[in-house]
Amino acid sequence: MRPLRALRWVAWTAFAAGILVAVVAVLTALPAYAQDAAQEPAYRAFPVIGSRLAVWAVAQLHLNFAAFILGVPIFAVIIEIIGWRTRDARYDWLSHELVKLTFAAFSTTALLGALLLFLFVGYYPKFWTYMTSIFFPTYWIYALLFFAETFTVYLWYYGWDWLSGSKKWIHVGLGVLSNLLGTSILVVANSWVTFMMSPAGITESGALKGSVWGAINNFTWMPINIHRLIANIVFGGTIAAAYAAFRFLNATTDEERARYDWMGYVGNFVALSAFIVLPFAGYWLGREIYAFNQTMGITMMGGFMSWLWIIQAILIGILFLGSNYYLWLGMERIPGSERYRKYVPYMLTILAIGFMVWATPHSLIVTLDEARAMGGTHHPFLGFFGVMSAKNTAVNLMILTTFLSYVLYRRANRLSIKPWVLTGMAIQWGAFFVAAAIVVFYGVYGYFVESIVRIGFSVYQVGAVLGAIALVMTIDVPMFRGARSTGAIRWGRIPARSQYVLILLAVTFTWLMGLMGFARSGIRQYWHVYGVMRDTSVDAVTPALGYAANVITIVTAVFFALVMFIFWLGGLSERGKAGAHGLPAPAISGGSEDDR
Amino acid sequence: MSLFRSRFVQAVLIVALAFVVLRFGIRPPAPWSVIKIYMTVVFLAVLIYVSADADSWRSFVGPIRSTLVDPSRRLVRAALAIVLPILLGYYAYTQAAATPEAPAELRAVHPAPPGSIQFRGKEINISGVENPLRRDQASFKKHAAAGGETYIKNCVYCHGDNLDGHGQFAPALSPPPADFQDPGTIAMLQEAYLFWRIAKGGPGLPRESTPWNSAMPAWEDRLTEEQIWQVIMYLYDATGQQPRRWETAH
Repeated sequence: MRPLRALRWVAWTAFAAGILVAVVAVLTALPAYAQDAAQEPAYRAFPVIGSRLAVWAVAQLHLNFAAFILGVPIFAVIIEIIGWRTRDARYDWLSHELVKLTFAAFSTTALLGALLLFLFVGYYPKFWTYMTSIFFPTYWIYALLFFAETFTVYLWYYGWDWLSGSKKWIHVGLGVLSNLLGTSILVVANSWVTFMMSPAGITESGALKGSVWGAINNFTWMPINIHRLIANIVFGGTIAAAYAAFRFLNATTDEERARYDWMGYVGNFVALSAFIVLPFAGYWLGREIYAFNQTMGITMMGGFMSWLWIIQAILIGILFLGSNYYLWLGMERIPGSERYRKYVPYMLTILAIGFMVWATPHSLIVTLDEARAMGGTHHPFLGFFGVMSAKNTAVNLMILTTFLSYVLYRRANRLSIKPWVLTGMAIQWGAFFVAAAIVVFYGVYGYFVESIVRIGFSVYQVGAVLGAIALVMTIDVPMFRGARSTGAIRWGRIPARSQYVLILLAVTFTWLMGLMGFARSGIRQYWHVYGVMRDTSVDAVTPALGYAANVITIVTAVFFALVMFIFWLGGLSERGKAGAHGLPAPAISGGSEDDR
Repeated sequence: MSLFRSRFVQAVLIVALAFVVLRFGIRPPAPWSVIKIYMTVVFLAVLIYVSADADSWRSFVGPIRSTLVDPSRRLVRAALAIVLPILLGYYAYTQAAATPEAPAELRAVHPAPPGSIQFRGKEINISGVENPLRRDQASFKKHAAAGGETYIKNCVYCHGDNLDGHGQFAPALSPPPADFQDPGTIAMLQEAYLFWRIAKGGPGLPRESTPWNSAMPAWEDRLTEEQIWQVIMYLYDATGQQPRRWETAH
């Protein structure tokens, strides 16, 4: 059997098995729903590790794979459209390469989803019966969407050569459709998980009041939809970039190195673009949680989970530093970029100071002597950095700096020949400084107003940053159209450490997702459904941060082991040929100035 | 001054300078837990600085490499082979040795409040509740003054006459009494939160993040509901802080 056919066979078999398990699990749940719940055990014990840990690990793995297969197609179809409109075969190749990764992970996602369902039905029957009593109609929608999504993606992937040329628009349409279906799956699943956090549309006894829409449209549903959608793109970008880095490091020819260097760059660019807006979506979600229930909000931000945010700040700081570092290293393959090297220390200083401010805890760990020297548990100077005014200012300045890095990278080998170039650049620099000034002004002013007014300032800060980004790019694109080139990008000629940075970014982001997932889930404390259905199992205790960190680390390691295995499987189909879908892979090395 | 052009020397100087500034430039001294975080960031940034381009990286690695392999650096190598293990050993000793000082505690400064509390047999909502005395703005001064009297009689011994946590008993307490002048304390909280903390005190703190070790008494047995709300009004009035208002879900 040829490797490609073998892979297809494995994928179909695994997928069919996943669906079968899911259907069996749902059918198993139905009798439980119909019976008197009192006759059912509320919990069963999973052997050795316990039920909660089993559900936690499988849910996290499922979410990781699901985020990947939902995130990657979003930018894969955009890249395909770029290739289609510009008739550049490299983009088409890249898009196919990305969908191939998604395709390889599809069956695993379905299997893990089915396994998760199995665990709920088997080990948390009462909880599952309750969730079914609320959300049963959505199960059918979910299953139908999943079938539709699966067949659309299969058609998208296998029809790549068939639907080319004049039929390309149909193929692109399939890509768009699979994204719409994928996003719909995401929002349906989000309704279940957000209902557990912020239940709505139910009576005091927990029964559904009116239609299921009331339960779906709960307080945190839409913020989570937006947050997860953006995070999935970042996640997909980092995993695709890590895959490219892995292939780059194993490459044996310059051509292969160039190709995967370019792929890694695009993956990181996608991740970075979405990452820039991710903190804003996260902030909105945090505000909605706080507004829904102050106890929950304080547990998350000021209570026992407050130190989790310091870990988060450190991880996000690493993501910012790593992304910028990768761009700076990438400038080495661009002739003419030397003129921008002098800005690196300044940008690095802003990022480092921003990182330090963001990572300054509100609740300091102090010894008794230190507390006495400080005159309390609040430090009179560092205390200013522990509050949201300082942190919002820091993160907005870090985003602006990262954007500046990208702008410099973008124009590294180009010299504008437009007569209005000086005016254009003056406006661009002005936009940067005005945005930074607004961010700092509201950051400082925030200390002199009451909390509820200060919270509103974040909108002005975000608006200033996004406005500056929009204005700078609006000027940049026409300013550098038809620009004089100082030399072609030498794809593949980048230090190996840059590729390890891409892998580090993927691991860091995966770990971060696990951590924040724990935070989102953990703030329910001893409730399955907050305030409605109490967790009375032996695991009804919120784990300590150290324990949670260990679990997340192990799950992250397992995820990457599975990903490597799946990608290796995917690579089997390419053995002995450079192309991915019948055609030879396009040349990348020594690309034109439009490579970006 | 070619010495200072060496990336290696620059890196060492930046790290050393950052440590000096963070350790001795911040007054009162920053806790070690924070300095460790800051120095980790500085170290990462310096690594990025020296390796952001090939020339810089060569300049940084050059002295390290020559120290490790250059025959003329034999003596330096030998000295490092002795000094580095001693320094590591000393560090291990400082981390493991017993000290008379109590270990640092990881405390959550703002524990999550319950949705409601029992106050002398009456259920009082904590979530979403405003100070009922503020409805009558004409009596604001009267209530704040009454709250001031209650404060002087009961709270001043720990929280101080400047409301800054420096009362007479404060040096004996760990954790120290709250500093109400600090913008990170009552200014960040709704009045209902303060009501819960004053009424239930240290004994009523939730179990999360224990041990709390707070010496704050539960005032529900000594003060009436009105007196507690009055004290709260006084705290905000005297410090010039505004209580946090409730948000609504969007």
